[in-house]
Amino acid sequence: MTVLLFLIPIALGMGGLGLAAFLWALKSGQYDDMEGAAHRILFDDPEDKV
Amino acid sequence: MNALPQAGEALDLASGTLSCRHCGAPFRGSGEFCCSGCTAAFHLVQSLGLGRYYAQRTTDPAQPLLRPEEAETELDLSAWVRDVGKGEKEITLMVEGLQCGACIWLIEQTLLKQPGVTMARVALSTRRLTFRWRPSETAPEGLVHLVSRLGYRLVPCDPARLAAMADKESRQLLIAMAVAGFAAGNIMLMSVSVWSGADQATTDLLHWISALIAIPAVAFAGRPFFGSALSALRAGRTNMDVPISLAVILAPSISLFETFRSGPHAYFDSAVTLLFFLLIGRYLDRRARGRAHETAARLLALNAVAATVVDADGTQRSLPPAQLQPGMTVLLAPGARVPADGTIATGASDLDLSPITGESAPQAAVAGAHVFAGTLNLTGPLTMRVDAVGDATLLADMVRLMEAAESRRGRFVRLADRVARRYAPVVHVVALLTFLGWWLGGGLPWADAVMIAVAVLIITCPCALALAVPVVQVVASQRLMRGGILLKSADALERITAIDHVVFDKTGTLTLGRLELQPGTDPALLKIAAGIAGSSRHPLARAVLRAMPDAPLLGGVVEHPGAGLEWRGRGGTWKLGSCAFTGTVEDGTTDHVLWLAGPSGERQRFQFADRLRPDAEAVVARLKAMEIGVEILSGDRPAPVEDLARRLGIGTWQARMLPADKVARLEALAKQGRKVLMVGDGINDAAALSSAHVSMAPASGTEITQSAADVVFQGDRLEAIPATILVARGADRLVRQNLLIALLYNLFAVPLAILGFVTPLIAAVAMSSSSLIVILNALRLGRATIGKRG
Repeated sequence: MTVLLFLIPIALGMGGLGLAAFLWALKSGQYDDMEGAAHRILFDDPEDKV
Repeated sequence: MNALPQAGEALDLASGTLSCRHCGAPFRGSGEFCCSGCTAAFHLVQSLGLGRYYAQRTTDPAQPLLRPEEAETELDLSAWVRDVGKGEKEITLMVEGLQCGACIWLIEQTLLKQPGVTMARVALSTRRLTFRWRPSETAPEGLVHLVSRLGYRLVPCDPARLAAMADKESRQLLIAMAVAGFAAGNIMLMSVSVWSGADQATTDLLHWISALIAIPAVAFAGRPFFGSALSALRAGRTNMDVPISLAVILAPSISLFETFRSGPHAYFDSAVTLLFFLLIGRYLDRRARGRAHETAARLLALNAVAATVVDADGTQRSLPPAQLQPGMTVLLAPGARVPADGTIATGASDLDLSPITGESAPQAAVAGAHVFAGTLNLTGPLTMRVDAVGDATLLADMVRLMEAAESRRGRFVRLADRVARRYAPVVHVVALLTFLGWWLGGGLPWADAVMIAVAVLIITCPCALALAVPVVQVVASQRLMRGGILLKSADALERITAIDHVVFDKTGTLTLGRLELQPGTDPALLKIAAGIAGSSRHPLARAVLRAMPDAPLLGGVVEHPGAGLEWRGRGGTWKLGSCAFTGTVEDGTTDHVLWLAGPSGERQRFQFADRLRPDAEAVVARLKAMEIGVEILSGDRPAPVEDLARRLGIGTWQARMLPADKVARLEALAKQGRKVLMVGDGINDAAALSSAHVSMAPASGTEITQSAADVVFQGDRLEAIPATILVARGADRLVRQNLLIALLYNLFAVPLAILGFVTPLIAAVAMSSSSLIVILNALRLGRATIGKRG
């Protein structure tokens, strides 16, 4: 059962990463305009940014 | 959604009309564009290298693109500009005319290609444009003009006012939900290994880790419930959040104690999963309310257009209406809304008073006439002196009447709250009795007795109430939104369920509020009249043009505000306008009549009438079939009201009603115990809308009406009314079913919990399954009613 000592922290760490990523996305305003984001993906960035 | 014809295939061979390469509107004549504004916009787009816009856009045929404006009005946006540091400034504007993703792209790219612009972002869901620039390199006025030349109308708005309504709380709930979800998932993972028979040492280890996750998670994610429960207790009441808080605090603390003793009864998983489910429900509920708020904010923001003030030295600047002072001189361009009450100083024009009076025929306005905030200048430029602003305007009077009516309207208690009020004390008493019974009567140690009481609390936790009701609400409001019906207040659906009487306003509600040419005119003369009318904003001129939309525009038309239009050509002077202007003998009916007078004695009378909404008759019949009473309250004269009532088969009607009369009538109906749905569109209906049990307004109505109404519906059809009633009733049925499911589940599970048979495994399974059942039941609303619309 010593394998649990590795597996549990790994599982928690991965879950925690997901949580952190979600909170970051929320904070940086990525959930503010859900409708616009769905359309935005269809358009290319201007060339000078590529 | 239809793609517009692409450039090059714009010719419609069947009718010989062309569609404009920029706005897509049909027109007759030669060339590729319908007007010079579109020509300029098209070349602007091409010169910026953004021509792909035309290939990529999708437009809604029911919602034509705005025509680009050519005339540049002087603008001063300094009142709305914010400093964001780093030598940059920022402004937020409402965008009118957004259609699809390509519009976002076009606006953003156009702005970003200008020197000095550092950021430009359009939010499609809130229709707001925010951009930043370096003041040393560019000025916002020019940038705003650039975007308006593309065919979008920009209105500055105050983000502080909108931010006050922006949903901070729902964001906190979302964070709490994420934390609870994370904790629930991980603890559940460990619980599964405990249930599947881990040995004692492993079980203890897993319990300890669960405790480490659960306790901070509950402390953080439970705050929305603790706060509400505390304030309820402080006020000497109890609400649904009290048993929820008790369960999610007691369960982990007792489980921690149990973990110390290496006992089997650790409820960390149930407590955190419960919290997670409840937060989902709370978040959905919050979002439904937030969306209602946002709709209201959008309507209010549109109202806050800028006023152009002329200073003593002749310079012009633009100010928010709130900053106007009595004595200031304000410029009113044709098409502008009057920002304050005042007197006309110079100019002559026609004013659309329908927002205030409900009367659809415009009134002539000359120097010295009084004008009221909220009315619309139609034909000629005016300057006005401000007499009253803000709270002293007629508009503000209407708002006060509306607020007074609102405060008299009985406070509505939602079904979930009514049930919660009775349910919460019962849960507490049962849990307490269970504890006392096992401790004193059953002789168990107090810790075990508390354990069983906690199991009772967890089992009885009101998931059906806290989760199913918001899910039903969200599904119902999404279904309505697909049909163009916006719920503005969160409890509108529940209020509508009880409706047994509908009161309609006449002009603009049962009718379209849009004048249409009556048949029986000479087509040749109509064609000339339409050609002349094309250059005016006057509603009657617009109606002539609508009767023959492909008539070629005649150039060189002179508009005499308050009188009519004059055109020199084809054998002399043609006049289109009032009796007096065209030199015609009056025949008594001056309302809704235009005359055309030609150089060689041609005379044509154009009679206009307000048309019924296409399905008004069917909707009235349908409401009657649903055993709902129908009534008309109108501000108009008795004759047209009676005529309309007879045509629709409505027995009860009253004419010449002032706003206060309408409120009095609605309050009288309420005293008789009727639950009244008021439908109206004018400012004169706003107070009545607020005093009715529930109210609806068409999206074509005035902003103030839309902010007073609980529900706003789009489109020309009244079908939205029975459709909303049916959806509301369907939602109510589902909520009651869910309550029944919850009750049955409690009848079955609570005795088990009281007898102490519930283990952590049974608690977790029972709670999750009951939550899932009520959610699935709620989702039926979305499926069952699709297909048979309305």
